[in-house]
Amino acid sequence: MSHPKLANIFNEDEKKVDWHDKALWFVRHKRDLSAHKVKGWETLREFGHQIKAHTLANLDQYLIEFEKNALSNGIEVHWATNAEEHNKIVHRILKECQAKKVVKSKSMLTEECHLNPFLEERGIEVIDTDLGERIVQLAKESPSHIVLPAIHKNRHEVDDLFQQHLNTKPCNGDPQYLTQKARKHLREKFINADAAITGVNFAIAETGGFVVCTNEGNADMGAHLAPVHIACMGMEKLIPKQDHLGVFLRLLARSATGQPITTYSSHFKTPAKGLKMHIVIVDNGRSEQLGKPDFRASLHCIRCGACMNTCPIYRRSGGHSYNYTIPGPIGSILSPGKDLKKHSSLPFASTLCGSCSDVCPVKIDIHSQLYKWRQIITKEMKQPMLKRKSMKIMGSLFSNPTQFNRFAKFCRWALRNLPKSILYAKPNVWGKSRELPKGPKMSFTEWHQNRENTKRMKNNG
Amino acid sequence: MSIGLFIPCYIDQLYPKVGIATLELLEKLNVQVTYPSGQTCCGQPMANAGYERESLGACQNFVKNFKDFDYVVTPSGSCAYHVKKHYNIMEQTPTTQKVRNNIFELCDFIINVLKIKDVGATFPFRVGLHQSCHGLRGLRLGSCSERVGNHYSYMEDLLQQVKGVRIMPLNRADECCGFGGTFAVTEEAVSIKMGKDKIKDHLNNGVEIITATDMSCLMHLEGLIMRNKQPIKVMHIAEILNSGS
Repeated sequence: MSHPKLANIFNEDEKKVDWHDKALWFVRHKRDLSAHKVKGWETLREFGHQIKAHTLANLDQYLIEFEKNALSNGIEVHWATNAEEHNKIVHRILKECQAKKVVKSKSMLTEECHLNPFLEERGIEVIDTDLGERIVQLAKESPSHIVLPAIHKNRHEVDDLFQQHLNTKPCNGDPQYLTQKARKHLREKFINADAAITGVNFAIAETGGFVVCTNEGNADMGAHLAPVHIACMGMEKLIPKQDHLGVFLRLLARSATGQPITTYSSHFKTPAKGLKMHIVIVDNGRSEQLGKPDFRASLHCIRCGACMNTCPIYRRSGGHSYNYTIPGPIGSILSPGKDLKKHSSLPFASTLCGSCSDVCPVKIDIHSQLYKWRQIITKEMKQPMLKRKSMKIMGSLFSNPTQFNRFAKFCRWALRNLPKSILYAKPNVWGKSRELPKGPKMSFTEWHQNRENTKRMKNNG
Repeated sequence: MSIGLFIPCYIDQLYPKVGIATLELLEKLNVQVTYPSGQTCCGQPMANAGYERESLGACQNFVKNFKDFDYVVTPSGSCAYHVKKHYNIMEQTPTTQKVRNNIFELCDFIINVLKIKDVGATFPFRVGLHQSCHGLRGLRLGSCSERVGNHYSYMEDLLQQVKGVRIMPLNRADECCGFGGTFAVTEEAVSIKMGKDKIKDHLNNGVEIITATDMSCLMHLEGLIMRNKQPIKVMHIAEILNSGS
């Protein structure tokens, strides 16, 4: 279903929309308070932007450098062209070490590759250990936000879900009780895991190490308890130097939740004695996006979710209305590159207000890219006849002042004289919940012409 | 200094009073203004809908009408932004570049070209500022809440000098109203909800008049206000700056 259709369904429950909007606006506001305390915030953003632009421009070299250093650290490095290859590699590693139970910390990449169902079909239990992710996993849903995966669920829904799956007692949505129970449930999973899968926030070419940021410490618990650690990363997650982490760690948590830093910024470099560490580097369409100069900067994204929190449309339509792993403004410029047809409504799910671009910690020109995708979509995808024709007619009217004035005069007459039953008939979507402007008798052009004529007459007379 | 007045198509046809206020205001400020009668639209409606290519004729007509002026002034941040940002679809002749460089939104022109803050207006009402996005984040007519830096606002600079005006602070100072051109129709549900929330913020903060640099946002909000019979009105900032004496 297209974004407007799903957004329409979401808007049937206005109270829920209000609640969702307020919850995310609260996070956006926290981000403001936090960012505005940092001297040189705008300079940090510029650094972040330039480091990413530089890295992407030299990605081949940095990937080779990273692989070399990671290998010498004792990490096994794997390369995956696409989601399928990624899933097969992960499965192969798990099979080799006879892993049947896997704990996973939050990784949007594995969501993108649909790793969970792939492994489950092959008899492997995968437990998402980020609390929000576990909630959506139990509900058999996908995350609706990249940082707050279960933001679309309120505590009462979580209460019901836990009663059903974790045998909790009804608690009227008591967050403390629910968190305690989730903690206990997850601890058992951590202790019994055969392998841990994590995402990667930053991979450092210079050291061959990588950093995973979490607030719950679940990546650490998974990776330190299980004999095998598999880290899955999109190839754009690379940064050249350890020093650059200072820029990104400061930007990431403040932009995401308004925290000065994530509770855990865990650095992984070498497997502990007797344990194994793997990195799977995934392309899955990134090279293709990299090859499009207009959309290359979309790969700067550090997955903070700030563009979602700030987006007035995201807040009022919910993450699931985007029907893509990464929802919101950034998802709307990434997804058309993956499947133009499937995601063709997303670049239009925006007023081009530009808030996303201004909030983005690495200065991605999101709203400009939305505009550019629109131009491509109307060329490459068949558009509704009404839209095509009306755009053509408007284009020709606006090229010809005489025709335009004649047509506009008729419209004003219609606005004044047609009965409401016709003006507000079904095709008038504007008028469903809004009044149309009144049609004035005289346009500005006509008023001005009259004034000029009067002036001239006065001068002549 | 020669000045061409651009009155956006929908203001020309639906809100002539805003065009009149703009012209009268500029004349009060001793500016000689010419209104080229062959003007139509800046091309934005087609371009934002993904049909930039259908807007080429409109763009060419725009440049043809305004090529001979030192400045082009318009009571719309959105249209000025469109000419500046998106006229790269045309050949960049010196003429096109001149028009793109010299187009100004009305408040921007008064503050930064005429260097005037007090236009001598009186308007004894509680006013809420609607910071239209293209003016705010496109033309940077004021600081926005996302970026870190000193606060400024050309609208505020002008309104603060208007006798009797009280500018009411809002809970969300610069959230979009949900108009967005064809978005208002293609994403009707979200557009309506955004507009309703915007109006509520103004009402909750005691605003009597919502004002903006763009009538398009106000047309959307007015449509909702009228349908829901709410005790609040919209006025373009040119109308406020041109009121009283």
